[in-house]
Amino acid sequence: MTPAPLERLLTALRTRLDAVRGLVGNRRVTDGGTVRSRASDLQVVAGLVLGLYVLFLVLSWFGGFQDAEALTSRLQSVTLLALVYVMLALALNLQWGYAGLLNLGVAGFAAVGVYTMALLSLPAEGLGLGLPLPVGMLGGFLAATLLGALAALPAIRLRADYLAIVTLAFSEIIRLLIRSRPATEFTIAGQTLGTGGTSSLDLPSNPVKRLLYQNPDQGAFIAVENPTVIGDPLFTAGEAVGFGPSLVERVVYTVILLFVALLFYWLLVRVGNSPFGRVLKAIREDELVASSLGKDTRRFKIIAFAVGCGLIALTGMLWQMRAGGSTAPATFEPELTFFVFVALILGGSGSNTGSVVGGIVFVALLLEAPSFIQRIVDTQFGVPSPPDTLFDALTGVDPFLGYMFADDNISALRFVVLGIVLVYLMQNRPEGLFGGRTEEASTVDLSERPDSTEAES
Amino acid sequence: MAVRDASEGLLSSVRRLRLLPVVLLLLGLLSIVDLGRRLATGELPVSTFATFLWDGVVFGMAVGLAGIGLAMTYSILQFANFAHGDYITAGAFTGWLAAFVVAGIGSFGLDALVLVSDTVPTGELGINVLATPVAILVGLVVASVTTAGLALALDRVVFRPMRGARGVALLIASVGVALALRHALIILFTGSTRSLTTDVPNQEVAVGQGGISIGAHEVTLVVIAALLMLGTHLLLRRTKLGTAMRAMADNRNLALVTGIPTEQVIRTTWLAGGALTGVAGFLIALEGGSMDPTFGWDLLLLVFSAVILGGIGSVYGAIVGGIVIGITSRLSQIWLPSELVLVGAFGVLVFMLLVRPQGLLGGVKTV
Repeated sequence: MTPAPLERLLTALRTRLDAVRGLVGNRRVTDGGTVRSRASDLQVVAGLVLGLYVLFLVLSWFGGFQDAEALTSRLQSVTLLALVYVMLALALNLQWGYAGLLNLGVAGFAAVGVYTMALLSLPAEGLGLGLPLPVGMLGGFLAATLLGALAALPAIRLRADYLAIVTLAFSEIIRLLIRSRPATEFTIAGQTLGTGGTSSLDLPSNPVKRLLYQNPDQGAFIAVENPTVIGDPLFTAGEAVGFGPSLVERVVYTVILLFVALLFYWLLVRVGNSPFGRVLKAIREDELVASSLGKDTRRFKIIAFAVGCGLIALTGMLWQMRAGGSTAPATFEPELTFFVFVALILGGSGSNTGSVVGGIVFVALLLEAPSFIQRIVDTQFGVPSPPDTLFDALTGVDPFLGYMFADDNISALRFVVLGIVLVYLMQNRPEGLFGGRTEEASTVDLSERPDSTEAES
Repeated sequence: MAVRDASEGLLSSVRRLRLLPVVLLLLGLLSIVDLGRRLATGELPVSTFATFLWDGVVFGMAVGLAGIGLAMTYSILQFANFAHGDYITAGAFTGWLAAFVVAGIGSFGLDALVLVSDTVPTGELGINVLATPVAILVGLVVASVTTAGLALALDRVVFRPMRGARGVALLIASVGVALALRHALIILFTGSTRSLTTDVPNQEVAVGQGGISIGAHEVTLVVIAALLMLGTHLLLRRTKLGTAMRAMADNRNLALVTGIPTEQVIRTTWLAGGALTGVAGFLIALEGGSMDPTFGWDLLLLVFSAVILGGIGSVYGAIVGGIVIGITSRLSQIWLPSELVLVGAFGVLVFMLLVRPQGLLGGVKTV
């Protein structure tokens, strides 16, 4: 007899396989009895994460990272990035998946959050106002929310593609302003402020340091001598398995971010199921019907857009503040926006679980795996010196593979694959891996008949 | 209740936004007055002003030419093609590949020429419109042909299977095309910036105290762009195909009912739009004297600004919008630091969409 947990895992895997088969075979996933319940969503995500961890352990191992510290460090950085994309995709899902608002300014709104926080919370003798970090983060959130409302307010009257162009232009205006010379350093009422221009800007020390060290502002090597009550056992435990204090710091930060991401998910599921969320879904399905039923659809859309922008900004701040955080305008190029879109569409817009899965799959397989594989090729096969150009690679004795695995080209190749994936998804599966389960606007599933639910229970 | 009040406030400010055109008009008047003052007091030399103006016309013709293809696809296929900027780049690279090969074959290795690489010293290659007109001409033809072919091939693979889809779905797919195409070009040609031309004699024209220099490459760009714009006008107005295109832009279903072969019209649209875009890319690189694989993408928002300014979906609007954007962006250097010129241009785009989304020409879809 198969033990129950194993059986559940198998069911989960079968569901995933179904989803993949559905993707390949260009047909919808048929919902077998238990697939729809939330518990099985959880299983799918858990199974997926477990599978990806195993994959990345194997990839790192063959890439030459064989001690516990290096392995954990690699997994930690992938996990952190995955959490960030999950949160960004969830926020974008509120705008695009629920309200149908095409926001191509994700990068810009994240930048607004990060730089507002920096201006408010950097030390007063530096480029900031020296306010406490929570105030700075609140400020960043509010600034992005307000700006989002401002951008959406008039643009919402326009067609969806106009909003896309407006938000993209908005995002570029913000990035260009941040990196412009006048904004680099300016003085208002005797207070020097600034964005640091094109170079990177050190952000306020992250709150995890305050949790772990008694004197977080000291250098890491001195600070670690005086850990807090929470920090002490963690550092001791870290030392026992061979983790340095900086890795402990990063792991703690990632764990905290995991809880924030769970909070995000919970919040957005609640919003999605609330009367507010149901109106949003109704607008997405048919705006005319929603407004005929007396809903002020424009107001709902503006609020959804503004809140989404605020959440994007919050995620941006938490992302850029990761241990020893610094930020630069180059982080907020429109590519970031497109990444989040690929993640969301991959998972299936309109579904929160889809956003989570999309964020994880996107970061793991499309964003991070290529460089892991490149490292394996480097260490295992040792391409001595990759040819400089494709012409040399194709005509000379130098291998073609070596050219494709050179640093610049693997990153370019990644974009090519991303583009193709995006086109493929839009053509064959616009609803994404999980889109088949788009949540209905009504509180009960209208397609399900009462007798069939009885039969299941 | 407080939330409700706040959002009511937001909504009423939407209505108040009708003030925006007035404010904009005032700003425009103010800058004209200020410009007059600066010119009169000699704070801004007349020759500098003329230089800005000429630069603006040149840049505007380039943007206008690049915008025609975007406006065509927008009006016929009803979607904003975000890959358009990378069509510009593709045209420039393939065109310059041909120009390099024609100019340098025999004296340089094919490998360096094919990649338009900097290992071939541009000084020795000596491409400019007066010294090597054949290379430039071949480059122009190749740029237009390959870009038209590329646009057609991408339509076949990407957009045709999605013919019935909503504009937003097509838009997202075009973002995918843009990413893939741009980075494929980076893999093919490497990401470096390369210089293309040698200096070409300038014609000094006396203006006021000083003078402006008008370069041969600038003249080439303006003349060819003007000719192609005229050609587009004739195509749309004088040929049966042009009439069919306009009919389709106006009302697709009606066009189908009257027996217009819509698929064929779409193909021709991509061909014509792609060819014009490729030429625009080649000429922009010629005038600038250098290029890199992202310059088209960097231009995209400006081209969008031009197309929207003129009224999205209108070819004449794209031309007018391009010239307006070109001139205002160059003239804005009088007031703005040069790095914020782009911000000004994008600002015009955002304002225009908010205030008058139908564009300067009133949103008549002339194709």
